[in-house]
Order: sequence, then structure tokens, then C-alpha cells
Amino acid sequence: MVGITSYGGYIPWYRMERMTAYKAMGWLNPAAILPGERSIANYDEDSVTMAVAAARDCLKGIDKKKKIDGLYIATTTSPYRQREGAGIIGTALSLQPSIRTADFTDSTKAGTGAILSAYDAIKAGSAKNILVCASDLRKELAGGYQEQLYGDSAAALLLGDTDVIASIEGSYSISYDFSDSWRADFDEFERAWEDRWRRDEGYEKQLTESIAGLLTKYKLNIKDFAKIVIACHFERAGVAIATKLGADPSRVQDSMMRTMGDSGAGYPLVLLVAALEEAKPGDKILVVSYGNGSDALFLQVTDQIEKVRDNKGIKKWLARKKMLDNYDKYLAFREEIPMDKGFRGEESSSTQISALWRGRKSFLGLWGSRCKKCGTPIYPIQRVCVNPDCGAIDEMEDYCFADRKGTLFTYTADLLAYSINPPAIYGVLDFEGGGRFWFDIADCAPESLKVGMPMEMTFRIKYVEHGRGVSTYSWKAAPVME
Amino acid sequence: MAEGIKDKVAIIGMGCTKFGERWDAGYSDLIVEAFKECLEDAGIEKKDIQAAWLGTCFDEQFCGKSALPLSHTLKLPFIPATRVENFCATGSEALRGACYAVASGAYDIALALGVEKLKDCGYGGLPEFSRQVGTESRMLFPNATAPGAFAMMATRYFARYNLKPDEGKRILAKVSSKSHHNGAMNPKAHLRREITVEQVMSAPIIAWPLGLYDCCGVSDGSAAAIVTRADMAKKFRADPVYIKALQISVSSGIELMHSSYDGTHIETTTHAAIAAYKEAGVKNAREEVSMAEVHDCFSITELVTTEDLQFSPRGKAGDDVTAGRFNLDGAQPIQSDGGLKCFGHPIGASGLRMMYEVYKQLQGKAGPRQIKNVKLGVTHNLGGFPLMNIASVLIAGL
Repeated sequence: MVGITSYGGYIPWYRMERMTAYKAMGWLNPAAILPGERSIANYDEDSVTMAVAAARDCLKGIDKKKKIDGLYIATTTSPYRQREGAGIIGTALSLQPSIRTADFTDSTKAGTGAILSAYDAIKAGSAKNILVCASDLRKELAGGYQEQLYGDSAAALLLGDTDVIASIEGSYSISYDFSDSWRADFDEFERAWEDRWRRDEGYEKQLTESIAGLLTKYKLNIKDFAKIVIACHFERAGVAIATKLGADPSRVQDSMMRTMGDSGAGYPLVLLVAALEEAKPGDKILVVSYGNGSDALFLQVTDQIEKVRDNKGIKKWLARKKMLDNYDKYLAFREEIPMDKGFRGEESSSTQISALWRGRKSFLGLWGSRCKKCGTPIYPIQRVCVNPDCGAIDEMEDYCFADRKGTLFTYTADLLAYSINPPAIYGVLDFEGGGRFWFDIADCAPESLKVGMPMEMTFRIKYVEHGRGVSTYSWKAAPVME
Repeated sequence: MAEGIKDKVAIIGMGCTKFGERWDAGYSDLIVEAFKECLEDAGIEKKDIQAAWLGTCFDEQFCGKSALPLSHTLKLPFIPATRVENFCATGSEALRGACYAVASGAYDIALALGVEKLKDCGYGGLPEFSRQVGTESRMLFPNATAPGAFAMMATRYFARYNLKPDEGKRILAKVSSKSHHNGAMNPKAHLRREITVEQVMSAPIIAWPLGLYDCCGVSDGSAAAIVTRADMAKKFRADPVYIKALQISVSSGIELMHSSYDGTHIETTTHAAIAAYKEAGVKNAREEVSMAEVHDCFSITELVTTEDLQFSPRGKAGDDVTAGRFNLDGAQPIQSDGGLKCFGHPIGASGLRMMYEVYKQLQGKAGPRQIKNVKLGVTHNLGGFPLMNIASVLIAGL
């Protein structure tokens, strides 16, 4: 039996009422308004960091070295055209280097494509366990309809052939060069054809075709499915597609358009994780993606499902939120407005790629050392023990801090330091089990911080060096999620 | 057995520019200004100087690397010259170099000069650190500033001693207010305006909990000293000032990476002070040290430094501040010239500027700021951040 063995999700901290964007830009396109709110990635996030967050949720308690032999990321918004996103994610997750990695991209159905490829590889015996991440963070033109439609989020699924929580029982795929939205190689922003055409000729026809194809292929009735996951950002159309095929509308998974928005390649996987959180053993789940065609997947939930119920999934991330009531700030996060960074903000040295490579375990994986003589954990990797009573040289073993919680030793909120989202908040962390270092602090209001409060680590963009096109990542501290 | 430096070297001349936003002056103007006063004060000629030390920190921003900026500016006649740098302890480091050279017997007369031209970077605060602190720092550390790094010590201090933010900030405000009182009387100081405790408390926040008036001035300036062997000093003047201790301590990494550090004191200052008092033969710093110029880059730094220098017991500096112990008319005046807070902080010059004040006070030439009965003065520099730094503690006396 091949299928999903664990799941994880990620929704960024910030949400924005769509009315906030509309109040700022509604004068331009008075018809471009949707109800509810959308998720907004913080300024230090991209599709890679969000995928890492979802993957960490998915891999909680799983021995990564033993289990993972493949890693796929599906996204249409990789920070690089040439530097594999899966490679960055694998390093951040400290996966072993002897794994198969690939980036699936260029279509919003890339997420389900990655699942199917992982399924085939495991089925064929080429791999035992493959981690599939899907994530998107799309930049949209100010005042446009896509700005209302889209949201940022990620999901991760571990696929394998043992301890399966939801087996993949079948699939049906269609592919059309149906170019209803696109970004050319030189485009920063997506373009889209008229939304009525997208809805009627795209979503409605193609999703109906893929679902009907799957039902026929496996001699199923849509009523057999306990949960129907349709990645359709037209809320009513998504439900109508299913009901026209005979489904009870109550079986259609919430599109999360009121709470999050369409997160591209991540969207069907995020909705699937939300469905798995509520699924019961024996449930059949239908998952349908959209983008230049469609993939329809047929899943069957097993009694192992209860094992992953303490993951953050989608529900817990969704509940953790901070409303962004400043539309201009959102534009600044996406670097859509020229902003006065001041000369201090413009000063920067260039990143030494070779030094980054040498230090990758410390910088990207949050590895330090533990002294074999006295047991002191130290970040970053050191050759000489910092314990004043020890001082041993070259007696170290590698020691990873990424999954360790800590307490906040001290902190500040710095208005002089350059930050896209001032004040720059940073502090010192004491890790459980020992080790101390100085980190940026993400996703919090300064007034919520207290000396001694529990913290955990999160993988973020450190800085983007536009001159040379380098995104540098690092780990930041964040308040432990309730 | 090492003998230490006590009474082997004397300062026979000092000079110090006006500190401030010296839009009129480049680094070479500042060097000349400090050097002229210093040479005149020593009563010697340039050709008598046998070796020179230049201290400057942000070379990338203004004068460039090496000792050439000093030798070219002063047209030093092919004598040995060395440039030193140790963050904010740079000026004290230059003096250390000159003193050790003379104490070794290698030279009779040496020059130490510190200079910094900070106000050519185009924005407020210190020049951005990210280009100055090494290859890997930018990938490892937060994009921190000095106020933020020291604010973390205030946060910790407040938490450790159960001070509510307002209570803690009020103590810090008294520290700043006292220095403004002194600085207002100093014609060479950068900031010459008295401010009240309430003004400090209500100033805009720079890095929580520190506000604008918890931060020192960012200034241009230069200061210089001419030193000679102690046994020769009286040939030059009747009131030379003798070096009693020159100590420096550099972080071992404990403060950044080991949980034993409590974050409410400076480990290096504590070590340097113990070593300096031993070298100078000081048994009770609270009783024996007449005055001090400490590295008050931020109000919190001065507060914990008074504890690190053993002027106040741990956690009790606030009581001494409130009681006025460190005021100009108090039992142990600190920052009689206004300190970094008001005199200003041209990094490479600051250590020598502090010694300039101690030198003048010991000679009884501090004018309206003269402290009575000065016998022993301490200067203290702190370069870097509380988590990783260099501290110097120098002691001079008659």
C-alpha cells in the first residue's frame, strides 16, 4: 500500500481583510472585491521557507536520516530560476545528501504532479519515502483581482509504503495548454484572462472532466467520497462542479477562500491537509488540482490516521494570526513600492557563496557542536569548547538545534537597525539542554515578549542581496505556538 | 614574574579637539588639531618623537588602513608608526602600545593618537556594521545596532533586579541627566545642554527600552598623548601623570555562547578591572579611585560598569546613582567632562579623550568641572557589544 504517511501545513502569521486592500485600491477596480481575509507571508518568507515550515510539521517525530530518500517541492514562485528549491529545503531540514530531489513548477497543478511522481517512484521501488512540499507566494499587481484571490501557504506530505494514513488508490490526469493565467520568463506579475472565462471554460469544464474521468476509471460514484477537495478559488463554482456530478455539497471541503486564499501549487495540498485533519478511518477523499489541466486523486483513509493528529496541520496555523491592517506594509513586504530604506538600509556587503557553502550546516541547518568531553552544546559549530572549565580542542560532535525549544534570555526592539518591518526584534535564546545564541525574532509583537518565555526556531530569509541575486536564509526565534 | 606597568611611564603632554559634528574638518584636520595642542602641552618638538601609534576604528569609512594617515598628515620623519584597532577600545589600545614601547626601553618618547571621522557616512548612528565585522557575521547575527545590543542588557538588568520598565528607565535617566550637567560646562563637548530626568524618560525610543537620551553622541574628534619614561618625566614638566595600570580583556565567547553569563554585567570589564586594580595596587576601588571616565556609550553601560569597576555592589548602582555618588560634587564623580554621552564618541579617540580628562583633573586644570583632591583616575572603554567585546581599564595618578 502506497500513500501518505504524515502531513504538515503552514499558514503565515499575517492575514489581511480583503477590504483593507480594497479600501486602498478599490478606486482602481471597483469590482475587484471578495469577502473575508487572505494570508500574507511575512517579509522574511518565501515559498522555500514556507515549505520548510510545513515539512518540519510533517516530519515531527520522524527519523529523517533513516526515512527520507526523496524530496520534491512544487511551486510556481521559486526564489531562484536556477538553484534548486528542494536543495535549500533539504539542507534546512538536515536531510542526508544521498536523496533524490526535484522542483516541480510552472503550473498550479505541480503539487499534485509531485505527489503522483512520488507515488510512482515508491510503487516502482525506487524510493521508500518521499517528502512532497507544495508552496506558493505570488506577487500580485496592486488593486488587481488576483490580489483578492490569492493567499500564501504551504503543505507537506510524506509518502511511503508503511504506516500509511491515507493510501493513494488512483488518479486521473488531463493536460491542456489552457493559458488562462501566466507569467512569462521576464514577468514579475501574473497576467490572467477574463475571470468568467477562467471559471467556465477552465475550472468548470476541466475539473468536471478530471473528476468524471477518475469516477469512470475506478467505477466510483462521487457519493462514495466522504471528502471532496477541489482547488477552485471560485467558491460557488467549486461546489457546483461537485454537486452537478451528484455530490452532497456538505462533502465538499471548505475552499478556505474566506480565511486564506488560493495558494497556487500549494492550494490543493493545503486543502487536503485540512481534510485529513477531520478525516475518519475508511473515508474516501477526492483531491482535484487545477492549472493547465487537472489531476484528480483518489485517497482512502486508514486507521493509522490518528497517529499524526498532534501536528499543527492547517487548523492550528490558521488559528495563530495577526491582522495586517496596513495595505502599504503588505506592498512593502512584497517590494512593490520604492521605499526609503535610508543609506543605512542600502549599505551591505556581498555574500561569499563559498563561505556560505562551508558554513551551510550552521547557517542553513542550525547545527552546532557538542563537546564530547564536557557535553556542552554550542552554536554555531566550534572546534574549541566554550565551557570555561573545559576548553577541549577538536573533541566535538555535531549537534542540531533546529528542533529544540528555548527560553528568551533577553531581547530588544530596535528602531535604528534597518528592517523592512521595523522595529528589528532580536534577542538571546537559551536552548533546552544547553546552548545559547543571539537570533532575530520573527512573527511577534515586541510588547508580547518577556524574559524567560518559551521560544522555538523557524527558518526564514536572512536577507536578499538584489545586486547579485542571492537569497540568504537563516533560523530565527519565534514565540512557541500555543 | 611579570612586574606590570605601574609607575614606569608618564604622560607629559595631551591634546584633544573639540568633539562634535565637525562638518568643517576631515580626519587630517582633526589629527593636526589634537597633535598641536599635545605637542605644545609637552613642550617638545616633533623630531623628539621616536615612535607613534595611531588608533582608528572605522578605517573603511574615512582615513583608510595602516599608520600612513598619521605619518602623512604629520609628516613624521620615517619613524616607526603602527595603527591599532580594537573597536571602541582603540584609543586606549594606541596609548597602551606607546606606553609599552617606552616601558620596554626601546624608546624614550612616543606618541599615541586616536582619531575618528564618523560624520561622513550620510546617516545617523554609527556606520552600518555589516561591512565591518567579518565574513560570516552577516549570516549568523541579527542585523543589530549598538543601541539594540546594549538595550538587551537593559532588558536583562531590569528583569534580574525586578525593575518595572519605568523604574529602570528612571535610574538610567538619572545617569544621562548627570552627564549632560557636566557636559554643558565643557567647551570641547559635543552636546552642551542640560536635560531633565523627565526629558530623558519621554525621549523617542531607539531600541527598547533605550531612548534617544540613553545614547551617546556620534561625533568626530581626535585626542593624543605623548608619553615618556617615568624617570625622565620631570625633565619635561613639574606635573606629569603616571600610568598605574593598563589592562585589557577580550571576550572568550562565553557571553555569546555559554549560559553561565548572566547578561547584567560586562564580563571583560570585570576581568580588566580586577587585573588593573592588582597592577595599580588598589585594594578598595570604591574608596581609592577619585574619579572615573567610563564607557557610557549607553546609560545602561555606565550603570553596569560602575558595578563591574567595583564602585557599587552588584545590583546596587541604581541606589548610588540616585544618591548622587557619581555626580560632579559626589563622593566618586564619573564623566566629569560629560562622558561619551555629551563629550561625544569618535571611536578611535575616545580612550585618549578620557585620559585627557583624568590628566587635566589630576593636574587641577579642569576649570569649573574641577574635582577636589584627585589622586587616582580610571578610564574604561568597552568595544563591541555586551555579548562580544573588548574592555580596557587604565589607571593614572600623580
